[in-house]
Amino acid sequence: MIEEGRPLFLQIAESVEDSIIDGSLAEEAQAPSTNELAAFYRINPATAAKGVNMLVDKGVIHKRRGIGMFVSPGARDLLLAERRTVFADRFVEPLLDEARKLGLGADDLGQLIRERMTASHTDTEGPAR
Amino acid sequence: MTSVIEVEHLTKRYRDTIAVDDITFAIEKDVIYGLLGRNGAGKTSVMSILTAQNFATSGDVRVFGEDPYENGRVLSRVCFVRESQKYPDDAKPPHAFATARLFFPNWSQELCDRLVAEFELPMRTRIKKLSRGQLSAVGVIIGLASRAEITFFDEPYLGLDAVARQLFYDRLVEDYTAHPRTVILSSHLIDEVANLIERVLVIDHGRIIMDEETDAVRDRAATIVGDTAAVDAFVAGREVIHRESLGHVSSVTVIGTLSPDDRRRLGEAGLEVAPVSLQQLIVRTTQHTDTARTEGAAR
Repeated sequence: MIEEGRPLFLQIAESVEDSIIDGSLAEEAQAPSTNELAAFYRINPATAAKGVNMLVDKGVIHKRRGIGMFVSPGARDLLLAERRTVFADRFVEPLLDEARKLGLGADDLGQLIRERMTASHTDTEGPAR
Repeated sequence: MTSVIEVEHLTKRYRDTIAVDDITFAIEKDVIYGLLGRNGAGKTSVMSILTAQNFATSGDVRVFGEDPYENGRVLSRVCFVRESQKYPDDAKPPHAFATARLFFPNWSQELCDRLVAEFELPMRTRIKKLSRGQLSAVGVIIGLASRAEITFFDEPYLGLDAVARQLFYDRLVEDYTAHPRTVILSSHLIDEVANLIERVLVIDHGRIIMDEETDAVRDRAATIVGDTAAVDAFVAGREVIHRESLGHVSSVTVIGTLSPDDRRRLGEAGLEVAPVSLQQLIVRTTQHTDTARTEGAAR
């Protein structure tokens, strides 16, 4: 659950973000508290608080005095836009580098991606159901 | 940040040996510290001096802004759980707990009773006759239930099995969350406590070689693995703290957070990156300073 080599507060923030992106934590719903996160991941509460504060600063969650933390309206769109940029940097850039070496253009890449998406779609949907 | 402990130029000598070598540091209020280092590095000496159980050779120690020696105002706010705590010969656990209850103003009998049940501590056996693990449990229970403003745990886990140690860590985080206080935890089981400690203090040969936020050092080092020539090209100009080779494959640990650009270069060169745990980082850093020390002495 927790990886070595990356700051814990980032991992805690990302775990909450993942729940918002996949919809298990809806907008306006109550987000886990610092203490709940600390107890669940068995980490220092101050470190969990740092992750939660990062999400508050980003506008992903907000505090309602005396009640707790809640997912802000528009949080999912905000995170999707952010993840899209990260995806482009982390995956699309190296993909394009390699494609250039192999002389593949945008159309060839599109073709390859469509082929693979169809194949993996059949793989997961086919025998499993 | 408020400091509850301030240490300036502290030195402790035992005859010819320097146990603590001119160290200066501060302990912040309501933070859990990991005090880490090899056996004989000076951890217990520092803790004994801070709790007025030993004398400094020179230097200045302030606990809550005061000199701790024979200072009841300070000492009732400090709990020191020693690895080798001695109890009177005929004492049973309830005697030890009753004494602690008188001494510590924040003592929680409720927490004490709950921990006795959870650790399955036999209350009618003399402490002398308890197993090593049960003896450690007595110390852990006193340390937690005292809710002292500063609590030192000096290797509190000896003889405790993995389940009992987890119980200790869980109750520590839980009770700290409800009742924040300063905790200094000395341990060799670094990976077990790495996620619990907010700051890490590493002592080596009587000197402090690391005093940092634990989360900030998580990505401080990385191990680069692959073809020796490619690894060497990548690590050139970086601080190398460990190197292993087998045939033409090398595994080199470097200090410094890897940038996205570094990661890209590593990918292009076909090199792999392995994370370095806090335990590995401390072991490598300590070995590294040891080597530097031996080489310095040889010159």
